[in-house]
Amino acid sequence: MATATATAADSRTVAGRRRPGRTKKPDRSQTRIGYAFSSGYALLLVAFGLIPAVYAVYLAFTKNGSFAGLDNFVRVFGDYRFWPAVQHVALFILVWLVSMTLLVVLLALLVHAVRSRWASSAVRFLYYIPGALAGASSVMLWLFLLDPTVSPVAFVLRLLGQETFVQTVSLENLPIVFTLIAFWAGAGGWIIIMYGALNNIPVEIMEAARIDGAGPAQTAWHIQIPLMRKWISYMVVMSLAAGTQLFVEPRVLSQASKGVVPQEYSLNQLAYLFAFRQNDFNGSAAISLLLLVVAAGLSALFVFRGGLFERD
Amino acid sequence: MKRKTLRHVAVTGIAAVGLAVLTACSGPASGGSGASGSTYGFDAAAQEKGSKITVWVDAAREPIVKAFQADNPNVPISIETYDGNAGGSGSFQTKIALLDQSGEGWPDVVFSTQTNDASWAAKETNGVQAFAAPLNKGLLDDAFLKGFTAGANDPMTVDGKVYGLRNDLAPVVLWCNQKLLDQFGYKVPTTWEEYQDLGVRLAAEHPGYILGSIGDSFVGPYVYYWGAQAPIFQLSGNTFSSNFDDSKSKNMTSMLDSMVKNGTLVQDSVFSGSFVQKYADKIVAMPGPAWYAGALFQNPQSLNSPKGEIGAAVPLHWNGQDKVTGNVGGGVWYASSHSKNLAAVSTLLKYVISSDKASSLASGLPAYDAAASKWLDTQAASGYFAGDFKGAVQTAASSVWKGWGFPSFSPETAYAAVVVPALAAGKPIADVVPEWKKQILNEAQVQGYTVK
Repeated sequence: MATATATAADSRTVAGRRRPGRTKKPDRSQTRIGYAFSSGYALLLVAFGLIPAVYAVYLAFTKNGSFAGLDNFVRVFGDYRFWPAVQHVALFILVWLVSMTLLVVLLALLVHAVRSRWASSAVRFLYYIPGALAGASSVMLWLFLLDPTVSPVAFVLRLLGQETFVQTVSLENLPIVFTLIAFWAGAGGWIIIMYGALNNIPVEIMEAARIDGAGPAQTAWHIQIPLMRKWISYMVVMSLAAGTQLFVEPRVLSQASKGVVPQEYSLNQLAYLFAFRQNDFNGSAAISLLLLVVAAGLSALFVFRGGLFERD
Repeated sequence: MKRKTLRHVAVTGIAAVGLAVLTACSGPASGGSGASGSTYGFDAAAQEKGSKITVWVDAAREPIVKAFQADNPNVPISIETYDGNAGGSGSFQTKIALLDQSGEGWPDVVFSTQTNDASWAAKETNGVQAFAAPLNKGLLDDAFLKGFTAGANDPMTVDGKVYGLRNDLAPVVLWCNQKLLDQFGYKVPTTWEEYQDLGVRLAAEHPGYILGSIGDSFVGPYVYYWGAQAPIFQLSGNTFSSNFDDSKSKNMTSMLDSMVKNGTLVQDSVFSGSFVQKYADKIVAMPGPAWYAGALFQNPQSLNSPKGEIGAAVPLHWNGQDKVTGNVGGGVWYASSHSKNLAAVSTLLKYVISSDKASSLASGLPAYDAAASKWLDTQAASGYFAGDFKGAVQTAASSVWKGWGFPSFSPETAYAAVVVPALAAGKPIADVVPEWKKQILNEAQVQGYTVK
């Protein structure tokens, strides 16, 4: 710990000494190119992110064009499917975020520790491949894995007491099933990113830690993980955003199991049913707004606790 | 550009775009422009002769539309398969709702396996014209429409307007394996009580042989409860009710529980590979819709029963009660009121209902009389089914219980969500009846019905 803070303090004073020299001639062309590159993204963000959000706010507080106050929210809260959906999503996020953070960090540390370059690249490539399958296709693959009558890992399912597909996708198992699917598809990308974050840690610090007598576990716990804090909180925020909007996996499983997995398992599915099954776009917007508020609140928590925007 | 001016421009730009989008989104564009209502009885879109028509079908109906395409090369047609609304998934409704919002892109003809879609498709929603086009006000001639079996188009008739054409009648008959029945020395059961007793005998004398499967969410409600006249799915006006305490409901629940317990009713879906593997030659008798003929027994990928073994018997009824039976879907063809080529649409509809190909490709009893007798005669002539196939099916077709409700949702979703997992967990249906009833009533409320 002492070594880390000492080095951090050194780099700050070094930067401080260098700064007066830097501000003499600001590089305008770099700033302009920066704006040019991010303008495309900003435009799309406004068109497909901000404007729909504003429209949803408008819909959530109106009914047939006239102001309706909190009526839509009251109706949504009173729907018999709302609270079960909230519980499902909350449980799923809990299981997913915890297991995802632990496993991704662990796997990234392990990959980073591999000495030979070809082995390291091969392992990283293998981790990344499942992520190449987009949303619904990866769920289709999992349909085979989850059905004990056709699954290549049927013995594992039978060991866990699941004899039929209906038993595998029973309500109690679903948070774990969705976590498995989401992890299998998403973890690879995050491991690569964590690997990059680990590469950012100056070699001097690692060497100093080794000289001080820290083993791999201690190095990981006291040096690597604290320095990855920003990246871990970034991963948690992105995974939280994706997790609250759980839709594709329960929808495909619902159709494949012919209704055994409920059509209204997650909040996003409920919003979809409100909009397109009951023609209640205002109620649907209300659900989306609730999701936005909760996700934004939780994300803010992780952003500020995780120091995502701190500069060091 | 100065930073302040840049910010002002950006903000005004975003505000302007936002305002434009909001005003554009304040209401969907009004419906059809073009031809007046008189020719077809509804506001048809401007017709473009020879324009391409889009047809949505499920996998089982694709062959007949492909046959139409082959027989009519001058009609440009695009075929898309979807799940056909199987299991009450509501795909048809949600897809059309999406298209209503965007104001374009509707298909011209849609096939749905459910019979209750007219409850939403015949209504105007959110200012957009009702998707289903009335067919008896000028689009199809009366002579053609009269050719349907009496009552076949009733579920799709609202205020005297027929909104869809019934593809097939799916009355429930009692499918029997005559060979096994003779081999074991059993009589064909005629009542539910005899069916239950047969189960007891079968479990004792020949374990491993079955009398049906209730793992499918269409079998439980439609084959067993509808056939038992159980009032668990009743609609009267806008009031929905579900009575599981009626003696008929209770007797059916206890019959199913006892047969699951003694192993004569299984939980594998009739469409699953495991059902075929385990029970293909072990089904002694099985109540089921007429379309099991093509979908299961004559299907090489399914049970693929040898010729002369399977026969259809008159459906089961309670001893001393009315001889009525259940009905499992039957499928409906809808025409779009937004179609730009109604001439091609009516040609297609006539073809898939009444052409020779329609009866030869039919997997169940066609709803069109002429096609139906052709189909029945073909089956009888081939000698594939044992016994009086034609008589049993015709008796069943004319004795479907009229007391079952057709609200805008399906009983399959509640059965799949509550009963199927309970059975998989080893619980009897009687244990989850309160939860099942609550689920059905909740679904009714959400669809806007008053619940009694």
